[in-house]
Amino acid sequence: MKYVDEFRDGALALSLADAIRRECRHPLKLMEVCGTHTMAIARYGIRRLLPDQVRLISGPGCPVCVTAQDEIDRFIELGRSPDTILVTFGDMIRVPGSRASLEDERARGADVRVVYSPLDAVEIAAANPDRRVVFFGIGFETTTPAVALSVLEAQKTNLANYQVFSAHKTIPPAMIALVSDPEVAIDGFICPGHVSAIIGSAAYEPVARDCGIPCVVAGFEPLDILQAILMLVRQAVDGRSEVEVEYSRAVSREGNQAALDCMRKVFVPCDAEWRGLGVIPGSGLELRPEFSSVESRKSKVESGKPKVSTECECGSILKGLKPPRACRAFGKACAPEHPLGPCMVSSEGACAAEYRYGAES
Amino acid sequence: MSEVILLAHGAGGRKSADLIRDLFLRHFGNPALNVLGDSAVLEIPGGKVAFTTDSFVVDPLFFPGGDIGKLAVCGTVNDLAAAGARPLALSAAFILEEGLDLDTLERVVASMARTASEVGVPIVTGDTKVVPRGSADRIFITTSGIGIPFVAQRQTPPQPSPQRGGGYPPTLPPRCGEGWGGVCLCAPSPECAAQGDAVILSGTIADHGMAVMTCREGISFESEIESDCAPLDTLVASMLEACPDIHCLRDPTRGGVATSLNEIAVQSGVCIEIYEPAIPVNENVRVACELLGIDPLHVANEGKMLAIVPQECAEAVVEAMRAHPYGRRACVIGRVQERPAGRVHLRTALGSLRILDIPAGDLLPRIC
Repeated sequence: MKYVDEFRDGALALSLADAIRRECRHPLKLMEVCGTHTMAIARYGIRRLLPDQVRLISGPGCPVCVTAQDEIDRFIELGRSPDTILVTFGDMIRVPGSRASLEDERARGADVRVVYSPLDAVEIAAANPDRRVVFFGIGFETTTPAVALSVLEAQKTNLANYQVFSAHKTIPPAMIALVSDPEVAIDGFICPGHVSAIIGSAAYEPVARDCGIPCVVAGFEPLDILQAILMLVRQAVDGRSEVEVEYSRAVSREGNQAALDCMRKVFVPCDAEWRGLGVIPGSGLELRPEFSSVESRKSKVESGKPKVSTECECGSILKGLKPPRACRAFGKACAPEHPLGPCMVSSEGACAAEYRYGAES
Repeated sequence: MSEVILLAHGAGGRKSADLIRDLFLRHFGNPALNVLGDSAVLEIPGGKVAFTTDSFVVDPLFFPGGDIGKLAVCGTVNDLAAAGARPLALSAAFILEEGLDLDTLERVVASMARTASEVGVPIVTGDTKVVPRGSADRIFITTSGIGIPFVAQRQTPPQPSPQRGGGYPPTLPPRCGEGWGGVCLCAPSPECAAQGDAVILSGTIADHGMAVMTCREGISFESEIESDCAPLDTLVASMLEACPDIHCLRDPTRGGVATSLNEIAVQSGVCIEIYEPAIPVNENVRVACELLGIDPLHVANEGKMLAIVPQECAEAVVEAMRAHPYGRRACVIGRVQERPAGRVHLRTALGSLRILDIPAGDLLPRIC
């Protein structure tokens, strides 16, 4: 990982920040869609390097953040049956549903296991043939291919006890929904690097062409992000709205065909509820009918009515209408150790990033 | 729904701190405990004694660079060292799970004996309990230790205040700065960091936590990550020889360097600013942390010491540390400032400043 240092050079960062300051003619609101960008921006103090005219707003790009309470409640409910093992990625474990988190449920006796790869969940299923193993399928196009692979792997080895609770979401429909909301004024998107490595930069062409919003796909190092901001400033100055790729060392126009094929083989688009944003048509993924035996959501689950916190303003924060500190609950009722809303939960969440790394107020 | 204990309560972050403050201190609170040092320092007839205890539960029992036995000895020796004390004697208590392989136990015990003999500290008392299968995970070890100050007892004030210091039953030495003739009598203590002090770290961070995590999860890299597990008593002795007036020493275990610095900043009522590029991290550890989305400043160390020393001593202390096998990569990583009190600031490679907080709970890898 030696190459990474070159993308963290302080002097180069300052010269990019200078160019942004020199070239920017009017105020710009740029949204970083991806939570990993949010985290990097905070971790390296990038906001402080930018002129006042350039405002970065954090978008919905943390898959943990946007998982609806109802989905968490229903997943937790599956674990109430003693023959079930719940398997999840680590950052989902502290996310509160409307009543409890998986961490709480584990402490109260549910069998909840954390894995790094969905294939580990398949191994758990193979090792526990008399129990049902349900994997919480969350994430964007970055993680979905691996979950698809786990489904194919389970099928190949005739594992009847492996199931997926699919709460997967896709990025481009959410971007289009965001710019279609008249309340949300965005002058450019910093598009996610990892997601784009899978789906290809062509996926944003409708956003640039039809919605007139400039898009730049960026890597995650400080120089990547500053360079992408400069490219967005130049598009604004020139009056262009195109898709450009700053992260060309990882992203092509077409994306990763093998991963996309695997994903399409297992999943089809569906409507999905995003925590804080509501239902976005065509932004979710469900298992294809031929994998219906693997789909755990089809089984009837009664989880009661979700109890959504009224204090949490994640909806406005995810839409970039309010900064985290404008929320009444920020740092008081809601903090990383007792998060109310999704933005405080993941280390990538806009509120958690602000809480950890934000300016001293 | 009543609250229950979560794994996060034991992770050394904010939840652990809340549990200690809201439950243990509420019931046990006393002057010696309230300092929340790595060891308690008690005044007994004839001088001071440091006293500490620690429990060890690790999965896997054996990992690159160490095992639960070595850890159990080093952990307690290092807690004593962080009070500026030379270990005199240790205890060892074992909770064993029914069905444990006797060979495994012997390997652990032999490792403890080897480490104790490297330190030159006897294990003088102990206890063994066996619990039914499933009631414990193979081996849990608790070690306690007592030690006496490396630096010869400084002259005590002629008239100790009636509430603090002196006499029997043992009580706390005078509060930081209350000492006689302006010499602090309680240092090293987490309450003694002062404006202008230098912050010194004995070497690379996050080795232990990432060695255990990558080993447990079967994640492998080109070069294996080794735990830094090591006894630091002689390192601290040479540091105190170079500067008898070290203000704070801290063994940054669970919760990592970030948690230790935050504790010192709060307890001393100062702001600590550290410079991120100065903090040594082994390349393979850095890669593992980047991959899993974990901040190395939040990851446990088992063979590192943080020292806060008067600026004028910094060079001598670093030099003494670098001459010691466990301090070869020692360096100054920051400074103590007056305010904002209770904060730790981190200056990034780009020159910007951010707050360095303690982790909320368990370290969770991120998914993309």
